[in-house]
Amino acid sequence: MIEAGDNNSADLCAVAPMGLLAELTHRCPLQCPYCSNPTELERSSGELSTEDWARVFKEAGELGILQTHLSGGEPTVRKDLEEILKAAVDAGIYTNLITAGVLLSRERLEGLVDIGLDHVQLSVQHVDAKLADKIAGFKGGYSKKLELAKWVKELGLPLTVNSPMHRHNVEYLEEIIEFAVKLGAERLEVAHIQYYGWAFENRHTLIPTKEQVYRNADTVDEARERLKGIMSIDFVVPDYYAVRPKPCMGGWGSSFMTISPTGKVLPCHAAASIKGLEFENVKDRHLRDIWLHSSSFNKYRGTDYLPDPCKSCEFREVDFGGCRCQAFMFTGDAKNTDPACSKSSFHKDLLEIAERESKLEPKEFLYRKFTKQQQPAE
Amino acid sequence: MTKERLIVETNTTPALPRFVKLRHDKGRDRWIMLAPERILTPDPIAVEVLNLCDGVKTVGEISGHLAEIYNAPTEVIEKDIKTMLQDLADKGFLIS
Repeated sequence: MIEAGDNNSADLCAVAPMGLLAELTHRCPLQCPYCSNPTELERSSGELSTEDWARVFKEAGELGILQTHLSGGEPTVRKDLEEILKAAVDAGIYTNLITAGVLLSRERLEGLVDIGLDHVQLSVQHVDAKLADKIAGFKGGYSKKLELAKWVKELGLPLTVNSPMHRHNVEYLEEIIEFAVKLGAERLEVAHIQYYGWAFENRHTLIPTKEQVYRNADTVDEARERLKGIMSIDFVVPDYYAVRPKPCMGGWGSSFMTISPTGKVLPCHAAASIKGLEFENVKDRHLRDIWLHSSSFNKYRGTDYLPDPCKSCEFREVDFGGCRCQAFMFTGDAKNTDPACSKSSFHKDLLEIAERESKLEPKEFLYRKFTKQQQPAE
Repeated sequence: MTKERLIVETNTTPALPRFVKLRHDKGRDRWIMLAPERILTPDPIAVEVLNLCDGVKTVGEISGHLAEIYNAPTEVIEKDIKTMLQDLADKGFLIS
């Protein structure tokens, strides 16, 4: 934390970030076709060292970060995960491990718990083992995940089950809810896929119909009431069927940052998709300076830069104009209103695409993987 | 395992589960509750109540204690505390 007596502490803390997504590596045994990593994956040879991450977490704690998500790729691929976790714990940060769960042994998990891991978020692609393994592109993954979920509960840690929703599991929401309850999960995330990066490439095969999504919303409403105090459920609809845009990241550069495997500091994990933005690296500059002064964070901070219809919109301070990445993808300019908003002139196109593609015959998945040039070193 | 919803009554002995951390956020000079994917900012009265939730004292005892300090009717205090704690229990952030 910023020490008392530091003249700038109030100013700094008024805008200090609270959450940090730490993408420790882009390597992953799974190949989910909707992976949220960028389509241009970063190679292992350029990954930050143990010492880099330790320094980053110290800086993050001083800057005011309260929670971190140790993610990837698959964070447990890193042999130094223990040391990285310890640095975050020592900085007083609440730690969340986001894992596919197929590489962890019970012993290693126990070690992580001893260091101070607070929470595990486990991805579950489907409740049907065969379909789950097909979506993940990894045989035998499903049964390993079940085992991990059991260990997490045995070791007394809270568990979030994360089942990204799309056309291939949209009809199984009730089963997924029951499954998570049986595992003893405290939380279930059933956010529909958003179509960026890999998911964008697979959109025609993944996007559900509007009716399916609306039925999901009803199912969640009913389950939330029934499971009050037992399991909480986070549900998100695909932007394509939204009326109001999501307040992406709670506003660009307002409370959240992502650090990529090679150390790039991003306002959101998809920000690299916006052409023309330059990102600074934790190896070159203190995290606080990057947060406060880098051009990428300052460019879309606040709402002053927003043109109409956002400029004169009553929801401007509620949703901050939505997602910059999606605005860039559809309008060519990240400043514009997110087309997920019904006030955007591009909104009709979004809905039209979704309705058309959701009725197409699904194609083979384009699995997430490194290209030949990007093959991670063994 | 079958988990059941915790209903907060006068004789409930509330406590925070291990994974919910109540701590002072020095940089922002406020109290926070850290939980999976959530940061809650309880007001000063709530913080006072939460600091008394040790898994030993009952809701009735906590209410009586605060009623004395604030010189207010126990029933009023207890009603407010129950509402607040039930809300936390329904979020999964309270055990007994």
